Amino acid sequence: MKKIQDILKERILVLDGAMGTMLQRYKFTEEDFRGDRFKDWEYPLQGNNDLLSLTQPKAIADVHRKYFEAGADIVETNTFSGTTIAMADYHMEDLVYELNYESARIARMVADEFTQKEPNKPRFVAGSMGPTNKTASMSPDVNDPGFRAISFEELRVAYKQQAEALLDGGADLLLIETIFDTLNAKAALFAIEEVKEERNIEVPVMVSGTITDASGRTLSGQTAEAFLISISHIPILSVGFNCALGASQLVPHLEVLATKSEHAVSAHPNAGLPNAFGEYDETPEQMAAQIKEYVEKGLVNIVGGCCGTTPEHITAIANLVKDYSPRPILAEEL
Amino acid sequence: MEKTKTKFLRLSGLEPLVVTPESNFINVGERTNVAGSKRFLRLIKEEKFEEALDVARDQVENGAQIIDINMDDGLIDGKEAMVKFLNLVIAEPDIARVPIMIDSSKWDIIEAGLQVVQGKCVVNSISLKEGEEAFIHHAKLIKRYGAAVIVMAFDEVGQADNYERRVEISKRSYDILVDKVGFPAEDIIFDLNIFPVATGMEEHKLNALDFIRATKWVRENLPYASVSGGVSNVSFSFRGNNPVREAMHSVFLYHAIKAGMNMGIVNPSMLEVYDNIPKDLLEHVEDVILNRRDDATERLLDFAESVVGKAKESKVDLSWREEPLQDRITRALVKGIDQYIEEDVEEARQAADKPIEVIEGHLMIGMNVVGDLFGSGKMFLPQVVKSARVMKKAVAYLLPYIEEEKLLNPKEGDSEGAGKILMATVKGDVHDIGKNIVSVVLACNNYEIVDLGVMVPPEKIISEAIEHNVDIIGLSGLITPSLDEMVHLAKEMERKNFKIPLLIGGATTSKAHTAVKIDPQYSEAVVHVNDASRAVTVVGDLLQKETSDKYKKTIKEEYDSFREKFLKRSVKKEYKTLQQIRDNKFRIDWETSEIYKPNQLGLHLIEDEDLEKLVPFIDWTPFFRSWELHGKYPDILTDEVVGQQATELFADAQNMLQEILSKKLLKAKGIFGLFPANTINDDDIEVSVVAPNGDVSGTYIFRTLRQQLKRKEGVPDYALADFIAPKESGVQDYIGAFCVTTGFGAEELAAEYREKLDDYNSIMVKALADRLAEAFAEYLHKEVRTRYWGYASDEDLSNEDLIKESYKGIRPAPGYPACPDHLEKLTIWEMLQVEENIGVKLTDSLAMWPSAAVSGYYFANKEAKYFGLGKIKEDQVADYANRKGISLDEARKWLAPNIVED
Repeated sequence: MKKIQDILKERILVLDGAMGTMLQRYKFTEEDFRGDRFKDWEYPLQGNNDLLSLTQPKAIADVHRKYFEAGADIVETNTFSGTTIAMADYHMEDLVYELNYESARIARMVADEFTQKEPNKPRFVAGSMGPTNKTASMSPDVNDPGFRAISFEELRVAYKQQAEALLDGGADLLLIETIFDTLNAKAALFAIEEVKEERNIEVPVMVSGTITDASGRTLSGQTAEAFLISISHIPILSVGFNCALGASQLVPHLEVLATKSEHAVSAHPNAGLPNAFGEYDETPEQMAAQIKEYVEKGLVNIVGGCCGTTPEHITAIANLVKDYSPRPILAEEL
Repeated sequence: MEKTKTKFLRLSGLEPLVVTPESNFINVGERTNVAGSKRFLRLIKEEKFEEALDVARDQVENGAQIIDINMDDGLIDGKEAMVKFLNLVIAEPDIARVPIMIDSSKWDIIEAGLQVVQGKCVVNSISLKEGEEAFIHHAKLIKRYGAAVIVMAFDEVGQADNYERRVEISKRSYDILVDKVGFPAEDIIFDLNIFPVATGMEEHKLNALDFIRATKWVRENLPYASVSGGVSNVSFSFRGNNPVREAMHSVFLYHAIKAGMNMGIVNPSMLEVYDNIPKDLLEHVEDVILNRRDDATERLLDFAESVVGKAKESKVDLSWREEPLQDRITRALVKGIDQYIEEDVEEARQAADKPIEVIEGHLMIGMNVVGDLFGSGKMFLPQVVKSARVMKKAVAYLLPYIEEEKLLNPKEGDSEGAGKILMATVKGDVHDIGKNIVSVVLACNNYEIVDLGVMVPPEKIISEAIEHNVDIIGLSGLITPSLDEMVHLAKEMERKNFKIPLLIGGATTSKAHTAVKIDPQYSEAVVHVNDASRAVTVVGDLLQKETSDKYKKTIKEEYDSFREKFLKRSVKKEYKTLQQIRDNKFRIDWETSEIYKPNQLGLHLIEDEDLEKLVPFIDWTPFFRSWELHGKYPDILTDEVVGQQATELFADAQNMLQEILSKKLLKAKGIFGLFPANTINDDDIEVSVVAPNGDVSGTYIFRTLRQQLKRKEGVPDYALADFIAPKESGVQDYIGAFCVTTGFGAEELAAEYREKLDDYNSIMVKALADRLAEAFAEYLHKEVRTRYWGYASDEDLSNEDLIKESYKGIRPAPGYPACPDHLEKLTIWEMLQVEENIGVKLTDSLAMWPSAAVSGYYFANKEAKYFGLGKIKEDQVADYANRKGISLDEARKWLAPNIVED
């Protein structure tokens, strides 16, 4: 099978769209979330999407399948909150390894189905590693700016467990995403380096930050270039931005990455900005029209969707990018 | 779109900093460095973090492109301070926008810093000083944390001080980093050591030029690497002459930047624009920096005087002898010159109505200048002690005239001094260097000192205080049991209804202990004073009628609130039970652990060790500390602030050391034993004292204490007993114990100097004896490792490595962090018959006498390491008392500083 690094030189790869948006369509109830196994769990579980990999594995597999059918080269595992830190909300810290392992296994299984059918278009599984719900370089208490709710060490340990489980379950790459505090991401990168060293393996890593608002900075205050410099010490496959903004608003920040980075550049924006009801209503055509600017300017190598995007959006994006050549990559290694 | 693959040093705070060939020189702000800024150190010590942040903000506002943060100071918890300060800095966008340079000589502080900063930092610094292994390990982690690194031109042999060594070390460091670690070449910054020029020493002539040439070499031969340095060092020998220094900095930078130096620490206010330097000055300075003439230094020195506008002192320059009398006396006192003092005092006496007026007038005016300079940090302790020597000589000369005057005019009575102060080292303690220094400095300030010496029982302190009607009592102590003595004395003073202030000082004392334990016992003012310069201000405030009441009240309030805050500290620590920590002991795999049977078991006596052999083993850093000069040897000799003083002090120390060696004024004796031993019942070590033939003559048990603070999961709770094989393992293990001293003769010698009114040398003798005793311990440990025990017979370590304790095995000492219980010394004494064999005694508080002595254990296992016991809980104290067969109260008394207070 062709290596993803080589394919990236040939064409723009398509990442999948939102998992959450798709799962909402199933209108799962508390009972559905619990399944048989967790029917007596002491805490409410509705909303714990990662858990559905254990209790509704078929639904998860179906979502992956729909995205591959829509034209995605890469799907993300259903593990956005799969750390002991984020799972503490549901008191499910002890299930973290299993959640990640199973999620990766399901995605692997579906990807293999497609690769088998279409060997000249191999499909990849990206293990999704979310930001957790705590920040290592900001205080949650405005009156005590020096306070930190989580340490680098705690994050490193949690991310290491997640990375190990995702790789054990069959993920091809790891995707650290929706980074609003770069220090959290650095702990994840540190953990991944440890896993790579201990297992003596190479793992392609995608890093994707989040510019939160019009200030053009991450939540922890960094500009796009400062963010890029802060995560460039580890060999990475790609660097990019996702979430928070719609496709057009990301352009100036992607331009910074495209000029300054030697690595591949990725983007998976939201389907526009949420409307008054908190819904994303940008149509696939509208979104694809904006992404056209990315490919015309040669800004990206990997593109997909975040909140509010669906297989229809991905189809529109895939149809668009296939006619454009990818941005040249300078990095020699990974 | 422009696309070129570029390797530039890229750093980030909230904003990027990319260093390209077109970048101007990158200026690193260094005011947030406790080692370089007294103000910053004070703010951190006093936990005034808000103001400390202002220091950082000012630097960024004034153009610093990176801020260097350093918390290396013996009196602060560097790791905690680093993390706390960085967390606050990160929360200030106007500071955090620039990248941070995490500066420490301690790896754990660096790592803690790296863990709290999101941007790409610079680590300052690592080097090959501790060998390749540590260098590679640290570099690898730095890379993984995502930081650039400053590499010092320093290796196992020492610091690079010429061109060839700079090139050699930077090449080697670079190759290791790039080839073995895979460190990005563009993230390597070399600090090639900027040393002073124009010092008058032949070997310093090339210091600037070698740096510049090495910079050029690095930039041409080590692709993408940067070069940095601290610029002000270069002009160090012209301290006090800013126009010349500013010109030197500019000239140096002009040439260094041309050679490729692209970042560094420069004080912008100490920089002249190169083109604005007057032509003649420029030529002289360039001659020196570039070593263009043999007489460049002399010429610049001569020229410098014209620049500064007044004559500078030089050894042969006696023009000051032409100045008015008061100026001469003041100068003699400030400079510590005793050559002409009698002559000058005589002149003053003849002009005065009464001889006492010379003391109250001329001499006090001079000493006030000394006091002011010292108080404002412009003079250092060794200079002040030398001033005192001149003062004493002058007073001694005048005394007969004053007595005579008294006989003539008995009515006049004694002149009233500034106040009378009783000084004593408390019962059971023998350490008096600090106390003597404070006494001398106070005496300089016209206070009368009643010095009761060492090991003074409380009854005597009380009765002497009453008899002499003193105004203040000052207590000193170095070992932990002395803390209790001080508490006891405070209670006694309260009971006897004393109304005078109590001063507390000495290495083991602290503001916290004083506030929490001593202050509540005594209704009058209790003040913790840990350095001589503060002693003067505190005593002044306490005794001056105008300020006294107000000051006492403030002090009392300050200690009350300090105590309250201290007791309510938010850091609530958790502890484990005795059973839990024993279950979590440090486990060595005794089946595979290598155990070496000592080559020469039994007791060994060294009756008279050759002192010459010990000299290379001296660790000089603590010597400077005892004189209140802070910094690491040998860097301290070129330190910008204290370098000159340190150099002079060091020269005086070398002279005295030569005299001690040539006349054999001190005697070095030692005793040690190597015996079979096994750990029993978790925490005890059973030792069989054997003769060389293997006959057992007695069994002793060392009791060890185990760490009890709840720490990270997976970290064992250490006790020294863990380093010896337990009996049930069936493995025969071994332990050693020792006591060495170089103190015989020191007391006599010090007394001799004191009689000659030479406190400076009296203190010097003791400080040197202490250093020699430590050196003896180091030397003997090496002998034990390589010969007597022999487990490291192939060891090959430099003295610097020895001082850093990079060898296999440890020698912890009772009373120190791993085993704070002084009572264990009694076991060592009995086991080795220490007093009978070498005459070192133990006092009531278990201090050793003579005080220049070291005792402890030897552990040989390669997994043995130093650790701090920390605090322990009541359950362990009770168990310990039980094991030792002493009462719980007694155990509590000896272990007090280590027991958790609930």
